[in-house]
Amino acid sequence: MLQKQLLSSDKKITIGIPRALLYYKHKILWKRFFEYLGYKVVISHDTTKAILDKGISKSIDESCLSAKIFMGHVDELVKQKVEYIFVPRIAGYGCKERVCTKFFALYDIVKNTYNDIKLLDYNLDMEQGTTEYREFMKLGIRLHKNPFRVHNAYKKAKKMQGYYDNMELRRQKDIIEKDKNIKILIVAHPYNIYDDFIGKPILRNLEKQNVTPIFADLVDKNVSVNYAKKISSSLYWTYNKELIGSIEYYKDKIDGIIFLVTFPCGPDSLVAELCQRKIKDKPFINIVLDEHSGEVGLETRIESFIDIITMRKRNLSKNGGINE
Amino acid sequence: MVESMNNKRIISFPHMGNYYIVIKQMLQNTLNCEIMTPPPITKRTIDIGAKYSPDFVCVPFKYNLGNYIEALEKGANFLVQAGGGCRFGYYAEIQEQILRDLGYDFEFFNILDTGNVNPRRYYKEFKKVNPKLDFRTFFKAFRVLYNQVIIMDKIEDYIRQNIGFEVNKGSFEKLEKLFYKELSNVNTAKEVKNIGSNFEQKFRDIPINKKETCLKVGIVGELYMLMEPFSNYFIEKELGKRGIAVKRHITVSYLLFSKEHSNKKQIIKSAYPYLKYELGADGTDSISRSNEFAQNGYDGIIHIKPFGCTPEVNAMSILQKLGNDKNIPILYFSFDAQTSETGVNTRLEAFYDMLLMRKESNII
Repeated sequence: MLQKQLLSSDKKITIGIPRALLYYKHKILWKRFFEYLGYKVVISHDTTKAILDKGISKSIDESCLSAKIFMGHVDELVKQKVEYIFVPRIAGYGCKERVCTKFFALYDIVKNTYNDIKLLDYNLDMEQGTTEYREFMKLGIRLHKNPFRVHNAYKKAKKMQGYYDNMELRRQKDIIEKDKNIKILIVAHPYNIYDDFIGKPILRNLEKQNVTPIFADLVDKNVSVNYAKKISSSLYWTYNKELIGSIEYYKDKIDGIIFLVTFPCGPDSLVAELCQRKIKDKPFINIVLDEHSGEVGLETRIESFIDIITMRKRNLSKNGGINE
Repeated sequence: MVESMNNKRIISFPHMGNYYIVIKQMLQNTLNCEIMTPPPITKRTIDIGAKYSPDFVCVPFKYNLGNYIEALEKGANFLVQAGGGCRFGYYAEIQEQILRDLGYDFEFFNILDTGNVNPRRYYKEFKKVNPKLDFRTFFKAFRVLYNQVIIMDKIEDYIRQNIGFEVNKGSFEKLEKLFYKELSNVNTAKEVKNIGSNFEQKFRDIPINKKETCLKVGIVGELYMLMEPFSNYFIEKELGKRGIAVKRHITVSYLLFSKEHSNKKQIIKSAYPYLKYELGADGTDSISRSNEFAQNGYDGIIHIKPFGCTPEVNAMSILQKLGNDKNIPILYFSFDAQTSETGVNTRLEAFYDMLLMRKESNII
């Protein structure tokens, strides 16, 4: 058992965290929590085609691309023979604050896809009464750790995550104020735009054209969830609220919007449609990525979008900044 | 918020199976204006719905939109929607936006939260549409609806399990038509209960030739696809034609009114050893019921869902393991607006042949 292992060897127990999905939101919290409890944390490598292909083979065909990538990362960790793989289960943050049902099921999907796999998890379903703090305490104590140690580990890791998030926010604020390039708001789940395989090529493309990306997920979440109401009155997916609220928040500071969606994302299939219909005062492009997306086609689309924006900006300034 | 133009209002709603019969009555009894049943679903309905829907939204959205457009074309000017669970809760806002962008002039109201069944709450929403509605009238109509749904689902369940064995071809369908004719003309819950017991007996009296060793197939999956026969190209009818007893748990009475469905802990227990958590919407049910079907000696399971339906895609990962563990064949269907009917029938035929062969080799 776990305690026996702790007593019998000095080697640290490894916990693997897939570099996918909610890792991008909570990476500091998760990694530090386990490290402060004395574990060695292994994060899977950046996404590659091989990881994607493996993920596809381990997933139901109709799963969204992001979930397939996740399974590929899980597989990487299985191959690396870590002791535990960390797959939290998130259902929501309260009434009318839910998340995509994919996050409900990740734990059970992974458990049933592999025989003999040891998983660590917590269950965040605030509408049912769980809280992050209590869940982390349960998780830590389940690992036979001293409750004080667990409490401190969580508090410290949470603080670190907070510092990191604030630093990212400040960096973006800085960019917005000082950068004179064309600025495009990237409305995308962090696990898509920051993914090395599916998101980074788009960022490189924008960089090539001297366009500065502004990330919709880098915003004060409380603020953006409020702003989201201006676009959609009945939206109840928290992550989507955070993203589209950003559109309203950054509107005056950006020249265009790229909505990045992985096929066939459930919430985005509806939210992107609504945004496309309601946002008429900013150039807007909706990019849907699937496992067959060719980089060339994507480049062309983005280049023509940027051309249009450049022309528009030039015309606007020619007319002395009069709104069209 | 809602204009009171009661005398000129023509209300319509989306189709789902035979429930339009009782939905129409409920709306008629409470909203004091003309209720229009939308035209029956045809290929045109789904084609036009799909044309104006977001590309990869789940197909029930497209069916709803098609119903709305056809109802608006026929003069409806007030549309109602329900909502709850999965993406369904978010349909209303997008559907309304699409229809307005198409230039239609109408009022739109999200009248029912299926995630939280509560007559008092429903009354408040209905009252927004008809300010003159008093709770007594509403509750009377609600009791009628409740009893209608319960008896409809009970009888349709009996039909599914036995129509494949009727001695006289068409006897079940004939009685079903009579049943719905009477059910659409009721005023009180008591009348509904009488019609219910009356017809339950009549259905049991229909001669059938059903052996203990008949093929039994369980159906699980996404609720709309299961309850709207057009959307799954009448799979249950096709199974019945081949002399198969069909069992399906998902019905409106199960989803809204049964204790079994609301006891989430029990549902997960019934899914042992496959689930620690709920999968979202009715994905959990798909696992628990399949587990039960396997344990109760069913010959096969059919899983039906719209393309991309995340809760059911979640369930599929786990069903694959369950099917292997329990050695029960599971046939998976995924429907969208362009699914080929021929393809569906071919696969059903092959599944049927396989089930027969397995049965025969087991008996020998």
